[in-house]
Order: sequence, then C-alpha cells, then structure tokens
Amino acid sequence: MEILYLSIALFLLLTLVAGLWRVLQGPTSADRMLAAQLFGTTAVACVLLLAQAFEYPPLRDVALIFALLAAVAAVAFIRRAWAAEEQNDVSD
Amino acid sequence: MTLLQLMFDTLLGFSLLWLAWQALTSPDLFRAIVLFIAFGLLMALTWIRLDAPDVAMAEASIGAGLTGALLLSALARLGSKNGSRAILEKKHQAGSMTENTKNQLPFRLLLMVLLLAVAAGLVYVVLTLPENIPGLGILVEENLESSGVSNPVTAVLLNYRGYDTLLELSVLLLTLLGVWSLGDMTKQHESFPGPVLSTLSRLLVPLLIMAAGYLLWVGAHAPGGAFQAGSLLGAAGVLLLLAGWRPGTRLAGLPLRISLVLGVAAFVAAGMVFILLGRQFLEYPPSFAGVLILLIEAAATLSIGITLAALFLGGRPKFSQPKFSRPKLNQPKSSQPKFRRHK
Amino acid sequence: MLVTEILSSLLLIAGAIFFLAGTVGLLRFPDVYTRLHALTKADNVGLGLVVAGLVLQAESWTVAGKLLLIWLLVLLASASIAHLVAKAARKKGIELWK
Repeated sequence: MEILYLSIALFLLLTLVAGLWRVLQGPTSADRMLAAQLFGTTAVACVLLLAQAFEYPPLRDVALIFALLAAVAAVAFIRRAWAAEEQNDVSD
Repeated sequence: MTLLQLMFDTLLGFSLLWLAWQALTSPDLFRAIVLFIAFGLLMALTWIRLDAPDVAMAEASIGAGLTGALLLSALARLGSKNGSRAILEKKHQAGSMTENTKNQLPFRLLLMVLLLAVAAGLVYVVLTLPENIPGLGILVEENLESSGVSNPVTAVLLNYRGYDTLLELSVLLLTLLGVWSLGDMTKQHESFPGPVLSTLSRLLVPLLIMAAGYLLWVGAHAPGGAFQAGSLLGAAGVLLLLAGWRPGTRLAGLPLRISLVLGVAAFVAAGMVFILLGRQFLEYPPSFAGVLILLIEAAATLSIGITLAALFLGGRPKFSQPKFSRPKLNQPKSSQPKFRRHK
Repeated sequence: MLVTEILSSLLLIAGAIFFLAGTVGLLRFPDVYTRLHALTKADNVGLGLVVAGLVLQAESWTVAGKLLLIWLLVLLASASIAHLVAKAARKKGIELWK
C-alpha cells in the first residue's frame, strides 16, 4: 500500500507542476489565482497521502491548516487585488 | 519505495528552484505573487520531507496563506492609481538606458564575484562537515523530562532557547511599530461583502479560532505551538477584515495595544519572577515548567494573531482619545462597520 | 482486510484521475468560467475520493472525522471562491466563451 500512496502523491505533485503553466500563461489574473487554488487542494491530498504512507499522524494537522487557509489568499485577491486592477488590464 | 521517495524529492527540489527563479524574475507582479504562493505550498511539502512538521505548519499558514494575502493587498495599493505596471515600466526605462547600465557594470561584476565567493565558502563548509555529528538532539532528548513538555521542538523554543523566541516575538512587535509609524490606516471603501463571503467568514472564523486553540494545546506533545496557532488567529482576523469588518474606535485604542504586547510582557514577566526567586532569567523550575509554557504560549498566540491581523490592516487604526466629558446621548454610533453597496 | 485495501486503492486511483482531469481542464479550457468548472471537479470529487480511500484505512474514528473535516473545509473554500471569482469576472465584463 505504501508504494501506491507514494506513487499517487508523486503523480499529484506532477499535476501540480504541470498546472504551473497556467500561472505563467494567464491570460487574466483570475486564471492564475484559480491555478493557485487548485495547487492548494492538490497539496492537501498530497500531505494526507504522505501522512498515510509514512504513518505519521501529525502531518494531518498540516493538511488541516492548508484546508483552513485555502480561502484566505483567494478572498484577498477578489476583494483587493482584482478590484484594484484597471479594466484594460483584463483584456490583454 | 526509496526510488519513489527519491523521485518525489528530486521533482520537489527542482520545482522549488525553478519557482523561486520565476517568481524573482517575473515582470508581472501579480504573477510573481501567485508563483510565491505556489512556492509556499511546495516549501511546506519540502519541510514535511525534511521531517520538520512544525516548520511545515508555519510555512503552510504563513508562507502560503497569510503572506499571499498580504502581498495581494499590497499590490492592490500599488495598482490602484498609477498601476504596478506603470511603476515597473518606469523602472524598466531607467534600466534600459545604456549610460546607466555602463555605470553599473563594474558594480555588478563586483557583486557577482562576492556572491560567488560566499557560495563557494558555503559549499566548502558543507563538504568539510564531519559525517556523523551527533548534534544537540541527544542533549535535548536527555533533558526533555525537566522541560515540562514532551515535544522537543516546543521544549527548545520555549524552554532551552527561550531567548530566541522572546526576541522573535519582539521582532514581530517592532515590525508592527514600524508599519504604524508610517501613518494612519488609509480609508478603503470596502464594498458590500455579499452573502457568500459573509457566510464563508462566519463559518471559517470560529473554526480558525478553535483550530488555533487545538494547535496551542497539542504543541506540548506533538507538532504545533504558539506561532502556528497565532498565524491561524491572524488568518481569522484577515478574513474578517476582508469581509469588511473594522475594529471599532474604542477597541483600537488601549485594548488593542495591551493585547499586542501581552505575549512579550508575559514572557518577560515569567523570566523576571524567577530572578527574584534566585534563578536565572527565563529559567523555570521543572515542576512549573509545563503550566508556565502553556500560559506564555497562550499569551503569545493572542499577540501573534492580533499583530498579524494588524499588519494586514496596513496602518495605525484610528482610536478615540479618552475624553473626560460625558458623551452626548444623541451622538450617532461610529463604531459600527459601514458598508457601501457597490453599484 | 484485503477487500478494503482493494477498494481504497480503487478510490485513490479514481481520485488521482479526477485531479488529472482538473489539471487538464485548467490547461486546456478556453476561458475563466470553463476553467472554474474543471477546477471544482478536482476539489470536490478528486479530494473526496482520495479522502474516502484514506478513511477506509483510518485507524480510528477520530482520524476518519479529521479527514472528512479537511474535505468539507476544502469544499467550503473552493465553492465560495468559485462563486466569488465567477461573479467578479462577470462584473469585470470578461466575455463568455462561445
């Protein structure tokens, strides 16, 4: 089972790295932020799998923190950064 | 199993380096921030692989969550009128002037030589390290019983090396004083948060406070502790601020200041009391140590959380000076948050 | 024992496939709204299946509860963020892809 946990964790890390292309590419800021949101979820799954693979329960608390804070940066983006961005920035 | 671990670690390591480079060289500040958030996530995974779950927790909450929100808010301020792009373009123009570059070239070369020398020195030191150094781990293990806690990290932070943590708390306080000395809080016209955001903050804030209490308590015997708990409290504050809440003018005066210095004050007070009883500064008697550490950590958690939230506010909040005359009865209350409906 | 192991392996692999689908959607879909749609698949179903697979292996009810709590928290965050981003994008006048 450990091999399966670790291979899925590795696979998830690979999807995360592939998702970075969207961060680089954009085109709008929302696309970049959405990618970060997906990375957060991927990291949660990854940490949970590592906790199971190494049989180290405290790691689940790390995943809990990730899950609790998943919204904070994105809310700051919607309320502050994106609201302040000028209209013509979006079109390009 | 080991091959898989090796592949995981290699991928993690290279993506970290690549992300750091991309974030530093990105011409678009927003992109740099998102890359930094991704960097924080991968860094937390790296700390897990390095068997440091305490640091992973701090990185997960501060690196990926709070710093991201702080940077985005800072970018919003930069970009409101002149636009971050305008600032960057100005910089770019200044950099592209040939005369300027010519003048800077020897300086840059010197900088590069010096940096390379430092890097070579570090590599040399790492290569010459003896292979099997016992480190201080054994010493910590042996004295764990007298520290009052069973988590070695908490024992080091709050007992053996209490000085470090005390100074860290002071640094955080000094940062806030620095921010406050730059001026008052700017007035931001926060638009009405809408039903989804207010429900989200109402659900998450109590959970964040509860999780902070959990991490504080669990820190005595497992990964967790004051900084991790404090950052969760800070996140709760940030979420409230983003949903449009502002500290009332009455709250922003003395009560805020007392809660900001509570952590440092409790730490110093605990150290001083035992000087009077004939011990060293910050040397706790083993029988009290557990309770004392929990009390100091509780005070520190509150202060850290409120300091982080106050940093996010980005300026000294307005507070009402204590007045000696009675307030008039018909005065409208100014402490309630006012929302402006977005049209 | 063996049955739960097979079942949880299947759930984990299915979860990984949904994460892959989410990433492919994020990379391939043409605009913000469709990418939002791809994203929620990974958040809701992908993490949900991974958590379900791990719950089957959990050593106690407390651990299972914590895993479920983590999933619910991510669900709450991602659903709210998806709504807020879509609403803000509409207000900004980002065109729908046709």
